[in-house]
Amino acid sequence: MAEVNTGGGGGGKHQKKRAKKLSTRIDMTPMVDLGFLLLTFFMLTTTFSQPKVIELTPPIKDITNPTKVDTTTLTLLLGKSDTVFYYNGLLRANHDSNNILQTDLSDNGLRKVVLGQNQFVLNSIKDIQTQHNANKLSDTAYARLLDKAEGNKNARFVIIKTDSTTKYINVVRALDEMNICNIGKYSLIDASDDDLKMIADYKLTHKK
Amino acid sequence: MPKIKLPRNSPSIDMTPMVDLAFLLVTFFMLTTKFRPEEPVKVVIPFSVTTTKIPDNVMTLSIDSAGRVFFDMDGKDVRPEVLKSVMSKYKIELTTTDISRFAVMGTFGVPITKVKAYIKADDSQRKAMSDASAGIPMDTLRDNQLADWVYAGFTYGLAAYNEKKSKGENARPPKYAIKADGRAKYKLVKEVIDICQKAGIQHFELITSLKAMPKG
Repeated sequence: MAEVNTGGGGGGKHQKKRAKKLSTRIDMTPMVDLGFLLLTFFMLTTTFSQPKVIELTPPIKDITNPTKVDTTTLTLLLGKSDTVFYYNGLLRANHDSNNILQTDLSDNGLRKVVLGQNQFVLNSIKDIQTQHNANKLSDTAYARLLDKAEGNKNARFVIIKTDSTTKYINVVRALDEMNICNIGKYSLIDASDDDLKMIADYKLTHKK
Repeated sequence: MPKIKLPRNSPSIDMTPMVDLAFLLVTFFMLTTKFRPEEPVKVVIPFSVTTTKIPDNVMTLSIDSAGRVFFDMDGKDVRPEVLKSVMSKYKIELTTTDISRFAVMGTFGVPITKVKAYIKADDSQRKAMSDASAGIPMDTLRDNQLADWVYAGFTYGLAAYNEKKSKGENARPPKYAIKADGRAKYKLVKEVIDICQKAGIQHFELITSLKAMPKG
Protein backbone atom coordinates (compact mmCIF):
# COMPACT_ATOMS: atom_id res chain seq x y z
CA MET A 1 0.00 0.00 0.00
CA ALA A 2 2.99 2.26 0.06
CA GLU A 3 1.54 5.10 -1.87
CA VAL A 4 3.74 6.53 -4.45
CA ASN A 5 2.21 9.35 -6.33
CA THR A 6 3.02 9.03 -9.91
CA GLY A 7 1.43 11.55 -12.14
CA GLY A 8 -1.49 10.04 -14.03
CA GLY A 9 -0.39 8.35 -17.21
CA GLY A 10 -1.93 10.91 -19.56
CA GLY A 11 0.63 13.19 -20.98
CA GLY A 12 0.31 16.82 -20.06
CA LYS A 13 0.50 19.62 -22.50
CA HIS A 14 3.96 20.58 -21.49
CA GLN A 15 6.20 17.70 -20.74
CA LYS A 16 8.20 19.26 -18.00
CA LYS A 17 10.58 17.04 -16.16
CA ARG A 18 9.61 17.06 -12.53
CA ALA A 19 11.05 15.19 -9.60
CA LYS A 20 8.60 12.55 -8.60
CA LYS A 21 6.68 13.58 -5.50
CA LEU A 22 6.86 10.82 -2.94
CA SER A 23 4.26 10.65 -0.25
CA THR A 24 5.59 11.01 3.27
CA ARG A 25 3.11 8.46 4.55
CA ILE A 26 4.35 4.97 4.71
CA ASP A 27 2.26 1.95 5.32
CA MET A 28 2.70 0.75 8.86
CA THR A 29 0.57 -2.36 8.71
CA PRO A 30 3.43 -4.92 8.57
CA MET A 31 5.19 -3.19 11.40
CA VAL A 32 2.05 -3.22 13.49
CA ASP A 33 1.56 -6.89 12.68
CA LEU A 34 5.04 -7.67 13.84
CA GLY A 35 4.64 -5.51 16.91
CA PHE A 36 1.52 -7.25 18.01
CA LEU A 37 2.97 -10.65 17.22
CA LEU A 38 5.88 -9.94 19.56
CA LEU A 39 3.54 -8.45 22.11
CA THR A 40 1.40 -11.57 22.09
CA PHE A 41 4.45 -13.78 22.39
CA PHE A 42 5.88 -11.96 25.38
CA MET A 43 2.53 -11.65 27.07
CA LEU A 44 1.96 -15.37 26.82
CA THR A 45 5.43 -16.41 27.90
CA THR A 46 5.79 -14.01 30.83
CA THR A 47 4.84 -15.36 34.20
CA PHE A 48 4.49 -12.72 36.82
CA SER A 49 3.69 -15.00 39.70
CA GLN A 50 6.96 -15.81 41.34
CA PRO A 51 6.91 -18.64 43.81
CA LYS A 52 6.59 -17.65 47.44
CA VAL A 53 8.55 -18.99 50.37
CA ILE A 54 7.85 -20.02 53.94
CA GLU A 55 10.80 -19.20 56.11
CA LEU A 56 11.89 -22.01 58.38
CA THR A 57 14.54 -22.11 61.04
CA PRO A 58 14.70 -25.62 62.39
CA PRO A 59 16.23 -26.24 65.81
CA ILE A 60 19.92 -26.95 65.70
CA LYS A 61 19.88 -30.00 67.92
CA ASP A 62 17.30 -32.70 67.91
CA ILE A 63 15.04 -31.96 70.81
CA THR A 64 12.21 -34.25 71.64
CA ASN A 65 10.73 -32.18 74.42
CA PRO A 66 11.48 -28.49 74.27
CA THR A 67 11.41 -26.96 77.69
CA LYS A 68 8.48 -24.65 77.35
CA VAL A 69 5.73 -23.73 79.70
CA ASP A 70 3.38 -26.64 79.92
CA THR A 71 0.16 -24.65 80.09
CA THR A 72 0.58 -22.78 76.85
CA THR A 73 1.77 -25.64 74.73
CA LEU A 74 -0.27 -27.36 72.07
CA THR A 75 1.20 -30.44 70.47
CA LEU A 76 0.12 -31.60 67.03
CA LEU A 77 0.92 -35.04 65.70
CA LEU A 78 0.85 -35.34 61.92
CA GLY A 79 0.18 -38.80 60.64
CA LYS A 80 0.03 -40.52 57.31
CA SER A 81 -3.23 -38.99 56.12
CA ASP A 82 -4.82 -35.60 56.71
CA THR A 83 -5.71 -36.53 60.27
CA VAL A 84 -4.08 -34.61 63.07
CA PHE A 85 -3.94 -35.75 66.66
CA TYR A 86 -3.41 -33.08 69.23
CA TYR A 87 -3.12 -32.60 72.96
CA ASN A 88 -2.52 -29.68 75.24
CA GLY A 89 0.59 -29.43 77.31
CA LEU A 90 3.80 -31.32 76.97
CA LEU A 91 4.15 -35.06 76.80
CA ARG A 92 4.14 -36.47 80.31
CA ALA A 93 4.66 -39.93 81.64
CA ASN A 94 1.04 -40.23 82.72
CA HIS A 95 -0.28 -39.27 79.33
CA ASP A 96 -2.50 -41.83 77.72
CA SER A 97 -4.76 -41.92 74.72
CA ASN A 98 -7.58 -40.26 76.66
CA ASN A 99 -5.67 -37.01 76.51
CA ILE A 100 -5.49 -36.77 72.78
CA LEU A 101 -8.08 -35.57 70.34
CA GLN A 102 -8.44 -36.00 66.64
CA THR A 103 -9.02 -33.42 63.92
CA ASP A 104 -7.89 -32.86 60.34
CA LEU A 105 -6.09 -30.28 58.26
CA SER A 106 -9.22 -28.85 56.64
CA ASP A 107 -10.48 -25.30 57.23
CA ASN A 108 -12.90 -26.49 59.87
CA GLY A 109 -10.50 -28.80 61.60
CA LEU A 110 -7.13 -27.73 62.87
CA ARG A 111 -7.78 -24.04 62.24
CA LYS A 112 -10.77 -24.00 64.57
CA VAL A 113 -8.80 -25.73 67.28
CA VAL A 114 -5.82 -23.42 67.07
CA LEU A 115 -7.89 -20.26 66.64
CA GLY A 116 -10.03 -21.23 69.60
CA GLN A 117 -7.00 -21.63 71.82
CA ASN A 118 -5.33 -18.48 70.61
CA GLN A 119 -8.39 -16.25 70.67
CA PHE A 120 -7.12 -13.51 72.94
CA VAL A 121 -4.02 -12.98 70.81
CA LEU A 122 -6.21 -12.70 67.76
CA ASN A 123 -8.42 -10.16 69.46
CA SER A 124 -5.47 -7.96 70.30
CA ILE A 125 -4.17 -8.35 66.74
CA LYS A 126 -7.54 -7.29 65.38
CA ASP A 127 -7.41 -4.15 67.51
CA ILE A 128 -3.99 -3.31 66.13
CA GLN A 129 -5.18 -3.96 62.61
CA THR A 130 -8.18 -1.67 62.90
CA GLN A 131 -5.93 1.05 64.25
CA HIS A 132 -3.52 0.50 61.41
CA ASN A 133 -6.29 0.59 58.83
CA ALA A 134 -7.50 3.88 60.30
CA ASN A 135 -3.98 5.24 59.71
CA LYS A 136 -3.38 5.77 63.39
CA LEU A 137 -0.25 3.65 63.41
CA SER A 138 2.91 3.87 61.38
CA ASP A 139 4.04 0.74 59.55
CA THR A 140 6.98 0.16 61.86
CA ALA A 141 4.90 0.58 64.99
CA TYR A 142 2.34 -1.76 63.49
CA ALA A 143 4.93 -4.46 62.85
CA ARG A 144 6.34 -4.05 66.32
CA LEU A 145 2.97 -4.29 67.99
CA LEU A 146 2.11 -7.35 65.91
CA ASP A 147 5.31 -9.04 67.05
CA LYS A 148 4.54 -8.12 70.61
CA ALA A 149 1.02 -9.48 70.42
CA GLU A 150 2.20 -12.75 68.88
CA GLY A 151 4.94 -13.02 71.45
CA ASN A 152 2.55 -12.58 74.36
CA LYS A 153 3.67 -14.91 77.12
CA ASN A 154 0.31 -16.61 77.24
CA ALA A 155 0.15 -17.13 73.49
CA ARG A 156 0.13 -20.70 72.29
CA PHE A 157 3.38 -22.39 71.58
CA VAL A 158 2.71 -25.10 69.03
CA ILE A 159 4.85 -28.18 68.65
CA ILE A 160 4.34 -29.94 65.35
CA LYS A 161 5.48 -33.51 65.53
CA THR A 162 5.98 -35.63 62.46
CA ASP A 163 6.53 -39.33 62.02
CA SER A 164 8.17 -41.27 59.23
CA THR A 165 5.00 -41.49 57.16
CA THR A 166 4.12 -37.79 57.17
CA LYS A 167 3.88 -36.22 53.76
CA TYR A 168 5.64 -32.94 53.06
CA ILE A 169 2.43 -31.28 51.89
CA ASN A 170 0.82 -31.85 55.28
CA VAL A 171 3.77 -30.28 57.05
CA VAL A 172 3.46 -27.22 54.80
CA ARG A 173 -0.28 -27.11 55.45
CA ALA A 174 0.31 -27.24 59.19
CA LEU A 175 2.95 -24.49 58.98
CA ASP A 176 0.52 -22.51 56.89
CA GLU A 177 -2.16 -22.85 59.55
CA MET A 178 0.32 -21.38 62.01
CA ASN A 179 0.64 -18.34 59.76
CA ILE A 180 -3.11 -18.05 59.34
CA CYS A 181 -3.74 -18.35 63.06
CA ASN A 182 -0.95 -15.88 63.93
CA ILE A 183 1.00 -18.36 66.01
CA GLY A 184 4.28 -16.62 66.64
CA LYS A 185 6.14 -19.55 68.10
CA TYR A 186 6.10 -23.06 66.76
CA SER A 187 8.60 -25.79 66.27
CA LEU A 188 8.86 -28.84 64.12
CA ILE A 189 10.22 -32.02 65.65
CA ASP A 190 10.03 -35.79 65.34
CA ALA A 191 7.33 -37.69 67.19
CA SER A 192 8.61 -39.75 70.07
CA ASP A 193 7.79 -43.40 70.63
CA ASP A 194 5.36 -42.43 73.37
CA ASP A 195 3.48 -40.22 70.95
CA LEU A 196 3.22 -43.01 68.41
CA LYS A 197 2.07 -45.44 71.07
CA MET A 198 -0.60 -43.02 72.18
CA ILE A 199 -1.94 -42.68 68.66
CA ALA A 200 -2.01 -46.44 68.26
CA ASP A 201 -3.94 -46.69 71.54
CA TYR A 202 -6.32 -44.00 70.44
CA LYS A 203 -7.00 -45.77 67.18
CA LEU A 204 -7.68 -49.01 69.01
CA THR A 205 -10.13 -47.53 71.48
CA HIS A 206 -11.93 -45.45 68.88
CA LYS A 207 -12.25 -48.16 66.28
CA LYS A 208 -15.95 -48.50 66.82
CA MET B 1 -35.57 16.04 -2.16
CA PRO B 2 -32.01 17.09 -1.98
CA LYS B 3 -29.73 14.26 -1.22
CA ILE B 4 -27.59 14.53 1.85
CA LYS B 5 -24.10 13.75 0.92
CA LEU B 6 -22.14 12.00 3.59
CA PRO B 7 -18.55 13.05 3.67
CA ARG B 8 -16.46 10.19 2.52
CA ASN B 9 -13.94 9.16 5.07
CA SER B 10 -10.74 7.64 4.00
CA PRO B 11 -10.62 3.99 5.10
CA SER B 12 -7.02 4.29 6.18
CA ILE B 13 -6.64 5.49 9.73
CA ASP B 14 -3.61 6.83 11.47
CA MET B 15 -2.01 3.92 13.23
CA THR B 16 0.88 5.75 14.82
CA PRO B 17 -0.49 5.90 18.39
CA MET B 18 -1.42 2.25 18.28
CA VAL B 19 2.03 1.33 17.04
CA ASP B 20 3.57 3.45 19.74
CA LEU B 21 1.57 1.68 22.36
CA ALA B 22 2.24 -1.76 20.94
CA PHE B 23 5.98 -1.22 20.90
CA LEU B 24 5.93 0.28 24.35
CA LEU B 25 4.30 -2.90 25.60
CA VAL B 26 6.69 -5.08 23.60
CA THR B 27 9.63 -3.28 25.15
CA PHE B 28 8.15 -3.68 28.60
CA PHE B 29 7.58 -7.38 28.22
CA MET B 30 10.95 -7.93 26.62
CA LEU B 31 12.69 -6.25 29.50
CA THR B 32 10.71 -7.93 32.23
CA THR B 33 10.79 -11.44 30.81
CA LYS B 34 13.40 -13.71 32.24
CA PHE B 35 13.79 -16.95 30.39
CA ARG B 36 14.04 -19.93 32.63
CA PRO B 37 15.94 -23.01 31.59
CA GLU B 38 13.71 -26.04 31.49
CA GLU B 39 13.61 -27.87 34.77
CA PRO B 40 14.76 -31.46 34.48
CA VAL B 41 12.62 -32.46 37.42
CA LYS B 42 8.91 -31.99 37.85
CA VAL B 43 7.99 -30.75 41.29
CA VAL B 44 4.42 -29.96 42.29
CA ILE B 45 4.89 -27.43 45.06
CA PRO B 46 2.29 -27.10 47.79
CA PHE B 47 0.20 -23.98 48.36
CA SER B 48 0.46 -21.57 51.25
CA VAL B 49 -0.80 -18.11 52.15
CA THR B 50 2.64 -16.63 52.72
CA THR B 51 3.48 -13.63 50.56
CA THR B 52 7.24 -13.51 51.01
CA LYS B 53 8.84 -13.58 47.57
CA ILE B 54 11.62 -15.94 46.70
CA PRO B 55 14.90 -14.07 47.25
CA ASP B 56 17.68 -13.61 44.71
CA ASN B 57 20.96 -15.49 45.01
CA VAL B 58 19.48 -18.72 46.21
CA MET B 59 20.71 -22.29 46.35
CA THR B 60 17.81 -24.59 45.58
CA LEU B 61 17.46 -28.23 46.53
CA SER B 62 14.58 -29.80 44.66
CA ILE B 63 12.96 -32.98 45.89
CA ASP B 64 10.48 -34.68 43.61
CA SER B 65 7.61 -36.98 44.50
CA ALA B 66 9.82 -40.07 44.17
CA GLY B 67 12.32 -38.58 46.60
CA ARG B 68 15.08 -37.74 44.13
CA VAL B 69 17.17 -34.75 45.09
CA PHE B 70 18.38 -32.16 42.58
CA PHE B 71 20.80 -29.31 43.09
CA ASP B 72 20.82 -25.81 41.67
CA MET B 73 22.53 -22.58 42.56
CA ASP B 74 22.42 -18.98 41.37
CA GLY B 75 25.58 -17.06 40.59
CA LYS B 76 27.55 -17.61 37.38
CA ASP B 77 30.70 -16.57 39.18
CA VAL B 78 30.31 -18.97 42.09
CA ARG B 79 29.20 -22.09 40.25
CA PRO B 80 32.62 -22.84 38.66
CA GLU B 81 34.25 -22.67 42.09
CA VAL B 82 31.70 -25.05 43.54
CA LEU B 83 32.13 -27.48 40.66
CA LYS B 84 35.92 -27.38 40.83
CA SER B 85 36.00 -28.02 44.55
CA VAL B 86 33.58 -30.96 44.43
CA MET B 87 35.25 -32.50 41.39
CA SER B 88 38.72 -32.22 42.88
CA LYS B 89 37.49 -34.17 45.89
CA TYR B 90 36.43 -37.01 43.60
CA LYS B 91 39.54 -36.54 41.43
CA ILE B 92 37.71 -35.89 38.19
CA GLU B 93 39.49 -33.75 35.62
CA LEU B 94 37.53 -31.04 33.86
CA THR B 95 38.25 -28.85 30.86
CA THR B 96 37.64 -25.09 30.91
CA THR B 97 34.73 -25.54 28.48
CA ASP B 98 33.11 -27.96 30.92
CA ILE B 99 33.42 -25.44 33.69
CA SER B 100 32.00 -22.56 31.67
CA ARG B 101 29.14 -24.75 30.50
CA PHE B 102 28.38 -25.71 34.09
CA ALA B 103 28.22 -22.03 35.06
CA VAL B 104 25.07 -21.55 33.00
CA MET B 105 23.59 -25.04 33.38
CA GLY B 106 20.50 -25.26 35.58
CA THR B 107 19.19 -27.81 37.99
CA PHE B 108 20.90 -31.18 37.83
CA GLY B 109 20.56 -34.42 39.70
CA VAL B 110 23.08 -37.00 38.59
CA PRO B 111 25.70 -38.83 40.62
CA ILE B 112 29.20 -37.40 40.55
CA THR B 113 30.50 -39.94 38.05
CA LYS B 114 28.02 -38.75 35.47
CA VAL B 115 28.33 -35.02 36.03
CA LYS B 116 30.97 -34.61 33.32
CA ALA B 117 28.87 -36.43 30.75
CA TYR B 118 25.84 -34.42 31.85
CA ILE B 119 27.67 -31.12 31.28
CA LYS B 120 28.69 -32.21 27.79
CA ALA B 121 25.22 -33.46 26.84
CA ASP B 122 22.64 -31.43 24.96
CA ASP B 123 19.17 -30.64 26.25
CA SER B 124 17.44 -33.84 25.17
CA GLN B 125 20.28 -36.04 26.39
CA ARG B 126 20.26 -34.20 29.69
CA LYS B 127 16.56 -34.80 30.05
CA ALA B 128 17.05 -38.51 29.42
CA MET B 129 19.91 -38.64 31.91
CA SER B 130 17.86 -36.85 34.55
CA ASP B 131 14.92 -39.16 33.99
CA ALA B 132 17.12 -42.21 34.36
CA SER B 133 19.01 -40.94 37.38
CA ALA B 134 18.01 -41.45 40.97
CA GLY B 135 19.00 -37.93 41.96
CA ILE B 136 22.13 -36.94 43.83
CA PRO B 137 23.12 -39.74 46.21
CA MET B 138 22.69 -38.73 49.83
CA ASP B 139 23.37 -41.87 51.77
CA THR B 140 24.43 -40.43 55.08
CA LEU B 141 26.79 -43.26 55.88
CA ARG B 142 28.59 -44.23 52.71
CA ASP B 143 28.24 -41.92 49.77
CA ASN B 144 26.93 -38.52 50.70
CA GLN B 145 27.54 -36.53 47.54
CA LEU B 146 24.71 -34.13 48.32
CA ALA B 147 26.56 -33.05 51.44
CA ASP B 148 29.61 -32.23 49.30
CA TRP B 149 27.58 -30.12 46.90
CA VAL B 150 25.76 -28.36 49.72
CA TYR B 151 28.94 -27.72 51.63
CA ALA B 152 30.76 -26.34 48.57
CA GLY B 153 27.74 -24.26 47.62
CA PHE B 154 27.46 -22.87 51.12
CA THR B 155 31.17 -22.07 51.54
CA TYR B 156 31.80 -20.50 48.14
CA GLY B 157 28.45 -18.72 48.05
CA LEU B 158 29.17 -17.08 51.36
CA ALA B 159 32.79 -16.31 50.45
CA ALA B 160 31.72 -14.62 47.21
CA TYR B 161 29.14 -12.59 49.10
CA ASN B 162 31.63 -11.48 51.74
CA GLU B 163 34.19 -10.55 49.12
CA LYS B 164 31.69 -8.46 47.19
CA LYS B 165 30.49 -6.81 50.35
CA SER B 166 34.02 -5.93 51.48
CA LYS B 167 34.59 -4.28 48.11
CA GLY B 168 31.47 -2.25 48.69
CA GLU B 169 29.64 -3.85 45.80
CA ASN B 170 25.95 -4.48 45.84
CA ALA B 171 25.49 -8.11 46.79
CA ARG B 172 22.67 -10.19 48.17
CA PRO B 173 23.30 -12.67 50.95
CA PRO B 174 22.98 -16.27 49.82
CA LYS B 175 19.76 -18.03 50.80
CA TYR B 176 18.88 -21.69 50.81
CA ALA B 177 15.60 -22.88 49.40
CA ILE B 178 13.94 -26.26 49.49
CA LYS B 179 11.58 -26.96 46.67
CA ALA B 180 9.90 -30.20 47.57
CA ASP B 181 6.97 -31.94 45.99
CA GLY B 182 3.91 -32.12 48.22
CA ARG B 183 3.77 -35.90 47.82
CA ALA B 184 7.33 -36.41 49.01
CA LYS B 185 7.83 -37.82 52.48
CA TYR B 186 8.65 -35.21 55.08
CA LYS B 187 11.23 -37.61 56.50
CA LEU B 188 13.28 -37.17 53.34
CA VAL B 189 12.94 -33.40 53.41
CA LYS B 190 14.16 -33.54 56.97
CA GLU B 191 17.19 -35.57 55.94
CA VAL B 192 18.05 -32.92 53.36
CA ILE B 193 17.60 -30.22 55.99
CA ASP B 194 19.88 -32.18 58.34
CA ILE B 195 22.57 -32.38 55.68
CA CYS B 196 22.32 -28.64 55.15
CA GLN B 197 22.46 -27.99 58.87
CA LYS B 198 25.64 -30.01 59.13
CA ALA B 199 27.12 -27.83 56.38
CA GLY B 200 26.28 -24.78 58.49
CA ILE B 201 23.01 -23.57 57.01
CA GLN B 202 20.50 -22.40 59.59
CA HIS B 203 17.65 -20.76 57.71
CA PHE B 204 15.62 -22.34 55.00
CA GLU B 205 13.01 -21.12 52.58
CA LEU B 206 10.34 -23.63 51.68
CA ILE B 207 9.12 -22.81 48.19
CA THR B 208 5.35 -22.74 47.84
CA SER B 209 2.86 -21.11 45.52
CA LEU B 210 0.37 -18.54 46.64
CA LYS B 211 -3.19 -19.24 47.63
CA ALA B 212 -5.71 -16.75 48.94
CA MET B 213 -5.78 -15.96 52.64
CA PRO B 214 -8.98 -17.25 54.18
CA LYS B 215 -11.26 -14.67 55.75
CA GLY B 216 -11.09 -13.93 59.42
